[in-house]
Amino acid sequence: MGGEVILLDVWSSPFGVRVRIALAEKGVKYEYREEVLDNKSELLLKSNPVHKKIPVLIHGDKCVSESLIIVQYVDEVWKNSPLLPEDPYERAVARFWADFVDKKVYESATRIWTRKGDAPAEAAKDFIESLKILESSLGDKSFFGGEKLGFVDVALVPFVDWFHAYEVHGGFSVAAECPKIDAWAKRCKEKESVSMASQDPEKILMVVERLKKKFGYV
Amino acid sequence: MGGEVVLLDFWASPFGMRARIALAEKGVKYEYREENLANKGELLLKSNPVYKKIPVLIHDGKSLSESLIIVQYIDEVWKNPPLLPEDAYERAVARFWADFADKKLYDSGTKIWKSKGEAQASAVKEFIENLKILEGALGDEPFFGGEKLGFVDVMVVPFVCWFHAYEVHGGFSVAAECPKIDAWAKRCMERESVSKALQDPEKILEFVGFLKKKYGVE
Repeated sequence: MGGEVILLDVWSSPFGVRVRIALAEKGVKYEYREEVLDNKSELLLKSNPVHKKIPVLIHGDKCVSESLIIVQYVDEVWKNSPLLPEDPYERAVARFWADFVDKKVYESATRIWTRKGDAPAEAAKDFIESLKILESSLGDKSFFGGEKLGFVDVALVPFVDWFHAYEVHGGFSVAAECPKIDAWAKRCKEKESVSMASQDPEKILMVVERLKKKFGYV
Repeated sequence: MGGEVVLLDFWASPFGMRARIALAEKGVKYEYREENLANKGELLLKSNPVYKKIPVLIHDGKSLSESLIIVQYIDEVWKNPPLLPEDAYERAVARFWADFADKKLYDSGTKIWKSKGEAQASAVKEFIENLKILEGALGDEPFFGGEKLGFVDVMVVPFVCWFHAYEVHGGFSVAAECPKIDAWAKRCMERESVSKALQDPEKILEFVGFLKKKYGVE
């Protein structure tokens, strides 16, 4: 359907994982190419000249970047197993919560391990609050998408493998603070598309430790 | 398509202007309600409990926030004239540039009037660089949407009435640095939907003066 699919990515990137899950949900065959961020490939620089970041989806001669934009593109090109709902209002709600994951969950989570002094504790508080807000939006549904994985599930679930690193640096437990999110995460991991894209939380913790040293966040 | 439409907004907000332009383009009748951001109304707090920000679109009792999401909703509910293209890839490109405007234009523009000295000079440089990148994306088309106003035009054009304030505080000229953007802006202003939604640049300049005092930037 329109040519070869290539994904430029980095194994530990939760944004890349979003795309991997979406492609797997749709059963799309693609070539995964691991980038080295200290030494970005010609193809990456050419296909995302504005931001020079991963993930980038290359479909034939078309390049798409920004993970949520890529996931929407994948959802629109491969129409089986829809991730976004049909109804415009429900779609807007799904986009709102996916955007919330970026603006609030990821933003506060990153502050937990990239700041010093009192800031990590403050960030941990913000992070838990944002997860609780998501928890109440999940309600009694199995997934944010209802009975099946949807757009918001795909947007949020990659961060689950980073919870351990956040917990270690923030001094809290997601399972204790947000049991529904914990249960939802386990349900997601039962799906092959999610489990295949999952990373070892201990390896993620090591990535965080390495980045802390590299950027002087210690 | 039935049901009452209410827009909770603030006169100077470029994000609110996006919604106003989209509604006007579609010929949708709606009630505009001005919010006092220092004393937010019950309805605003109830309809956007997560961020408590404007704009909020209330359609038939259902609330939506985040301007990018609101405009996409408007485009999907009232189909004529379409703002986003039909093709999935062209759509991804449009979403990319709208996201770029959010991530790059607004932040660097705000830094221009919120900072002084070297930080301000750096913000000016960044803002002009970002405008030039957008100029490159426009190419030789009359609008980002091609022959007609499209999604990206709606997302970017509100900042045009803030240019004067950025220029005065930053000591530069958009027309001199980015003549194509300047020409595009004038073209957009010929459309009633745009000219009615954008504010008088002198009023915005005055408003920025008020904000500088409020944030203690002198």
